[in-house]
Amino acid sequence: MVNTTQPVADLTPAPAVKKLQDERLKEVSLLTKIMRRPELGALAGLILVTIFFFSTADSSMFTLAGVMNILSPAAQLGILAIAAALLMIGGEFDLSIGSMVAFTGLVFGAFITLSGLPLIVAIAATFVVAAFLGAVNGQIVIRTRLPSFIVTLAFLFILRGLSLVGLKWATGGSTQMRGIGAQSGEDWVREIFSGTALEGLFSWLAAHDLIAKFPNGTPTVTGVPVSILWFIGMALAATWLLLRTRAGNWIFAAGGDANAARNSGVPVDRVKTSLFMLTACAAALVAILTVLDAGSTDARRGFQKEFEAIIAAVIGGCLLTGGYGSAIGAFFGAIIFGMVSIGLTYTRFDSDWFQVFLGAMLLLAVLFNNFIRRKVTGER
Amino acid sequence: MERDNPLIEIRNLVKHFGSVIALSGVSLSVHRGEVMCLLGDNGAGKSTLIKTLAGVHKPTSGEFMVEGRPVTFTSPRDALDAGIATVYQDLAMIPLMSVTRNFFMGREPVKGVWPFRRVDFDHCDAVTREEMHKIGIDVRDPHQAVGTLSGGERQCVAIARAVYFGAKVLILDEPTSALGVAQTSMVLKYIHQVRSKGLGVIFITHNVRHAYAVGDRFTVLNRGKTLGTYRKDEIQIEELQNLMAGGKELQAVSEELGGMV
Repeated sequence: MVNTTQPVADLTPAPAVKKLQDERLKEVSLLTKIMRRPELGALAGLILVTIFFFSTADSSMFTLAGVMNILSPAAQLGILAIAAALLMIGGEFDLSIGSMVAFTGLVFGAFITLSGLPLIVAIAATFVVAAFLGAVNGQIVIRTRLPSFIVTLAFLFILRGLSLVGLKWATGGSTQMRGIGAQSGEDWVREIFSGTALEGLFSWLAAHDLIAKFPNGTPTVTGVPVSILWFIGMALAATWLLLRTRAGNWIFAAGGDANAARNSGVPVDRVKTSLFMLTACAAALVAILTVLDAGSTDARRGFQKEFEAIIAAVIGGCLLTGGYGSAIGAFFGAIIFGMVSIGLTYTRFDSDWFQVFLGAMLLLAVLFNNFIRRKVTGER
Repeated sequence: MERDNPLIEIRNLVKHFGSVIALSGVSLSVHRGEVMCLLGDNGAGKSTLIKTLAGVHKPTSGEFMVEGRPVTFTSPRDALDAGIATVYQDLAMIPLMSVTRNFFMGREPVKGVWPFRRVDFDHCDAVTREEMHKIGIDVRDPHQAVGTLSGGERQCVAIARAVYFGAKVLILDEPTSALGVAQTSMVLKYIHQVRSKGLGVIFITHNVRHAYAVGDRFTVLNRGKTLGTYRKDEIQIEELQNLMAGGKELQAVSEELGGMV
């Protein structure tokens, strides 16, 4: 009745699969390939914004010093935005990022000034606290099945409130904690988390007249602020994680359709919890970087950064519904932010236009993303 | 023909959900190289039955044997490890992800040492292209999103994935219910192809025509019970239809509509 001549064993795949170098592959045009990249919108936006400032801003904006001025705020936001982007791709939001910056800043400051811990221990302990808080966020979202929007909105207020209360308690009534910089020493750990890097390279460049220098020979820009290096490093690491690793595939799957992912054996809950821990640790990193630079912390640290981070992620191509987006897009999104917020001061425009620009950019990005998604996936 | 050890055999399977009796004595078997069609109207217990076979539910009582050995599954993973792969209606596919990423989702092959361990995407792309080629789906680029494939193509990719990862028994939950004619014939053709490789297929449907096109045997389920199992040469398509619908009512409707149902 039925042909069963072929044994089941034949089904196991041959270990070496012959490469089918298909001539049809060439039909995928370069345009389609570019259109398929989620960060396309952010890159286009960055080019437009650059052109705009080239034609309107003072020429000092695009000197080396000017670029560093733009990249510094972009880096702080970008570290948050890249983590937020990964979490959004994984299908969740974290609105507590901004408050987390203030709270972990307080925790870090307290470890240094009140406990007198060595800097390296204080930093490690701060990350542990942040990771724990992120895990709490994640577990509540997973176990209650409530939208992460609501759960982390609650933490936005809880952590901000705790930062205020904690600061007053730790300082005896003030909402600012000083003296952190003085007590954190000057060892190599401090070098990693504050100040500038690549000074040698910059003096060499200045000595060879490749960058601007003062009459006495020191370069006008002595080095790259370490936050910018963290920002770039994180963008590269996150991109590699997303596009090349198992965890990356699981992040896309968890955000695309958690049920389907679970059916296929993806540990969705573990992926999401790890992402919440990552955003919290990114907030802690920003807190440590800014606190060490300023030498103090206060209760308004990271105020509204959660929205800016999410906006940068959306500009970078992340869908609000999850399952699609890119880390390098968030990188560009954060640079756009930095360029506009700082760039407006180089123009004759009122810098309060920044907020108008922000909203308009967000709206445009969402519309553009939806259009691209339909185009790419054939969704109707 | 090896008939001694069915790939799956269940006898008098009963499943209660509290006071609700979802299955009250179901028996069926699937052999190698056979398409066993499970027919039944809505509410007949098809979904409960396949979820029990797939390890989602635990049977209340009854015998469940895989290749002659009694088994108790506590999770879908157990069923998968025993070689029973279920392709659900919602497909377990993610439209925004590429064909390759979907194909290997949850089972990505890796290379390199930690922390530089990465998915071997070259291998994945090659396998995906090769497997799609075998089915005859024109996937020009394995990086294209699954959302761009047609419903029939997606169904075939889901089946191909299960086959590639070593399934012995495929449970297909209404694979043709949402498809057009051309798409359906594509899926049916592929089911035929899978059978000829020696897999056992449980094909769940309420479309008798689709079942009759590829089925070797037919088990009809009604109100949580098996009404009987018939070989293709024992039963005609009309009889099967009547059996499935519980006989009379459909007959009446059919006459009313001039024999069109």
